[in-house]
Amino acid sequence: MHDILNDTIASAPLWAIVVTGVATLLVHAWDEKSDKPVFWIALAGIGVSAVLTIWRAPVAGTAYSGMLKTGGAASAWTLLFLVATLLTLFIAWDSLGKAAAPRGEFTILVLFAVAGMIPFSAGNDLLAVFIGLEILSVSLYTLVGLTRRRFASNEAALKYFLLGAFAGGFFLYGIAFLYGAAQTTNIEDIARRFAQSNFPVLFLTGSALLLVGLAFKTGAVPFHMWVPDVYQGAPTAVTTFLITGGKAAAFGAFVTVFTMTLGHASARFAVVIGVLALCSMVFGNIAAIPQTDIKRMLAYSSIGHAGYMLIGVQTASVEGAGGVAFYLLSYILTSTGAFGVVAAMENEQGEGTRIEDFAGLGYTKPLLGALLSLFLFSLIGIPPFSGFFAKYYIFLTAIEHGDLWLVLIGVATSVVSLYFYLRVMVVMFFRQPGENQPVPEAGAWTMIAVVLSAAGVIALGLFPGTVLDLITSVF
Amino acid sequence: MTFPGILSIVIFLPAAAGVVLLGFPRRHREAASWFSLGVSCAVLVLSIHLFTRFDSGRSGMQFVEFIPWVSSLELGYRVGVDGFSLLLVLLTALLTPIVLVSSWKSIAVRVPMWNFLILIMETGMIGVFCALDTFLFYVFWEVILIPMYFIIGVWGGEKRVYAALKFFIFTMAGSLLMLVAILWLGWYASTLPGGRFTTDVTRLFEIARTLPHGAAVWLFWGFAIAFLIKVPSFPLHTWLPDAHVEAPTGGSVILAGILLKMGTYGLVRYNLQMFPALAVEWAPFFAILGIVGIVYGALVAMVQTDAKKLVAYSSVSHMGFVLLGIAAMTTEALQGAILQMVNHGLSTGALFLLVGMMYDRRHTRMIEDFGGLARVMPVFATVFLITALSSIGLPGLNGFVGEFLILLGSFRSPILGTPVYTAIAASGIVLSAVYMLWMYRRVFLGTVPSEAVGEMRDLDRRETGLLIPLVLLIVWIGIYPNTFLAKTSSFSRELTNTLISVRDSSVLRPSGVDSTNTNNP
Repeated sequence: MHDILNDTIASAPLWAIVVTGVATLLVHAWDEKSDKPVFWIALAGIGVSAVLTIWRAPVAGTAYSGMLKTGGAASAWTLLFLVATLLTLFIAWDSLGKAAAPRGEFTILVLFAVAGMIPFSAGNDLLAVFIGLEILSVSLYTLVGLTRRRFASNEAALKYFLLGAFAGGFFLYGIAFLYGAAQTTNIEDIARRFAQSNFPVLFLTGSALLLVGLAFKTGAVPFHMWVPDVYQGAPTAVTTFLITGGKAAAFGAFVTVFTMTLGHASARFAVVIGVLALCSMVFGNIAAIPQTDIKRMLAYSSIGHAGYMLIGVQTASVEGAGGVAFYLLSYILTSTGAFGVVAAMENEQGEGTRIEDFAGLGYTKPLLGALLSLFLFSLIGIPPFSGFFAKYYIFLTAIEHGDLWLVLIGVATSVVSLYFYLRVMVVMFFRQPGENQPVPEAGAWTMIAVVLSAAGVIALGLFPGTVLDLITSVF
Repeated sequence: MTFPGILSIVIFLPAAAGVVLLGFPRRHREAASWFSLGVSCAVLVLSIHLFTRFDSGRSGMQFVEFIPWVSSLELGYRVGVDGFSLLLVLLTALLTPIVLVSSWKSIAVRVPMWNFLILIMETGMIGVFCALDTFLFYVFWEVILIPMYFIIGVWGGEKRVYAALKFFIFTMAGSLLMLVAILWLGWYASTLPGGRFTTDVTRLFEIARTLPHGAAVWLFWGFAIAFLIKVPSFPLHTWLPDAHVEAPTGGSVILAGILLKMGTYGLVRYNLQMFPALAVEWAPFFAILGIVGIVYGALVAMVQTDAKKLVAYSSVSHMGFVLLGIAAMTTEALQGAILQMVNHGLSTGALFLLVGMMYDRRHTRMIEDFGGLARVMPVFATVFLITALSSIGLPGLNGFVGEFLILLGSFRSPILGTPVYTAIAASGIVLSAVYMLWMYRRVFLGTVPSEAVGEMRDLDRRETGLLIPLVLLIVWIGIYPNTFLAKTSSFSRELTNTLISVRDSSVLRPSGVDSTNTNNP
């Protein structure tokens, strides 16, 4: 009894989200039009969870017989998810309201997705990781298909579901191999036996299969097929959630499973993940160039960013893990900001996301135009915005780790990325608005999210020290 | 040292004013312009104060400030000036208000945005010259890209999108190489016994000299390519004519007047001071780049039909002189190169302003569209003549002093070892007389081709006012350059002494092999 109580306290952030999720579900079941109470309950739940996370952060340990990591690094990941969720909810309130999409269901599903993200990224046992992955994935499949009547949304959901189920199968198969080799599903035990093993074929096979599942979730090349279609087809609010929370969860799990544990067991992974990083950076940044839709362009660019983060993952070091977490924080803020502006540009049918539609935005809506430019500059990695420092730190850890080749590729692809990011600014500032171009109306909640993100991007860019020290101290 | 010291105020005042500007109500466009002008004048006054208080007898950095920034990575806000950076800070502070005044009428749309961008850029430019931390240097270096991109793209000519993009991609490609070099250098510091990752320039000066030769070559070029693109040196100069032709007048003045100097500043500060042995080794190569630039720029300038393009190519030629002066590595040549950076900022800045005034009146820059302006606009013609002669290097004006010092220094340079470079470079002066005077003849002498040209009005008070300081300085430096040379002499002497001693020691032994033990910090 005492154990259960302690475990529950230690994993209180997760419980707060689960309880909020169930509560909102009940409230919404009671009254179908209760979008607003559901929204407020969700905000409160996220706030409580955040406070609990910070409260538990100094005490790193495990709960439920070593199934879950709590405190420490787990807190860092949880906070990232909560930030992403909070900002996404703000944007979704306006954006889904405009599209007359079910906001209540969205909020509930997002909460359940977070309930999956936490064990996915903080699992100490492969079963916990897998259960987290499934809770997260099922919620996301449903979210992608949220706007039932839109063909693109349906297509995206189906595509994501089929490919995701397939990747989930790989992941499970990998767990089976590792269990066969190590007779345990505890990640640290597996890593220990792996390192001692004379004949690690089973370990390698199992880990490689795990790697496929994780690389799929992060959207790294060559497991990226779903990314452009799903990101473009999903409602913008959902895309925001996928690109921020979804990516953070995937990298959290990647770091927990590989960088901190299995990565130490074999140096082979560094090369494999390095190649994934290389392919993602090159492909993502080149394929983004010909895109005409900003959501699709940002989707391809997110593949490139996955590549940059994988550089940090493959170093299998504390600095690398901290670098990834910092990069994610910066990326979450930047992406929610950028997608917030995109969501404001959309009309009721989810149209208006072509890059052409942004013509003259810098003059019709100077604030939105300036903020979107700020986010894009941060994505390029130009100081004084947070994206620059994030890249700087990742490159630094790679150089310390002796991976100059990855840094050079990263630098070269950053130059390539200039082309498509700057093009958006060309359209926004160097062209006049079209004749019957709709003038977007950004809702108050969207503006709050976008301005908060911008403040975060600037603050993290100018004074990255404190946050960086906090993040690196927990790994 | 208490923060903010005077240097920090000079650096950040423009940016702070820029942020204030964002809060200005949209109706008060005039107020925004006056406010920006006031701030930039205040910065000018402060930097003149800096200039007078600067002790030219002391060597090393002055007005040094330091605040830890990201302490776990040893990144710091480290700034300070020596005579070399001081002159460039002063040049920046001088040109910014002039640019603001010059664009008073020609920039008619989005005025607050223009002012905002110019002010942000001023912070970036002064920051580049004052940064004593590689990370900080990189941040300022990149901060400049964004406003310049918008300046070309929003107020530029017809092909502005192409020009802005080309400018951005060229510069960014170079600076990212520099970023890798900065990271590698910092990491190298942490591999030394007892070392930590660092970006402190003064420490890196020592540390970089202990680098093994192979690694040092890569780092040297990582820095050098970024700077050569910015200079721009042949064959990396192709972005410059496009950027200049498309940029609005104010943008061109800043681009030619200050941004190009960031390249040569970087070459001296990083390539020469940090890697003296390699700089000596590669000096002939840089000298060749310099003279190719001189001759090529001049020849291309000669055949231009567009006055602005002519001035743009003359920049390539003039910056070639600076490059040669840097490569010669004698005190005279280096002094000349530093002075020539300032000279080029003044005279080319003035030339771009003057061409811009022609354009404002006739909306063309084609040389053939003008003629006989000396009769129509006598004041304008006089100022133009002075500036053109300064650009050619007429004795008594500033260009002569700089070019003469460079030629003298490179002629006697023990590092170049042959006067051939000087001989070829000297031909550049002749060529510059050809293209400048030929343009002058076609535009100002002869018959007035059309009624419209005949009705061009002479300079108004605003235009005269903004040219006066430039002309005064052109004459001042021409007659008494010592005001400025005195500030940089100790810097130049020390740097050339280091270079010569490095050369002498590397004659005795292969460079960089056993210096590891002697120079360990």
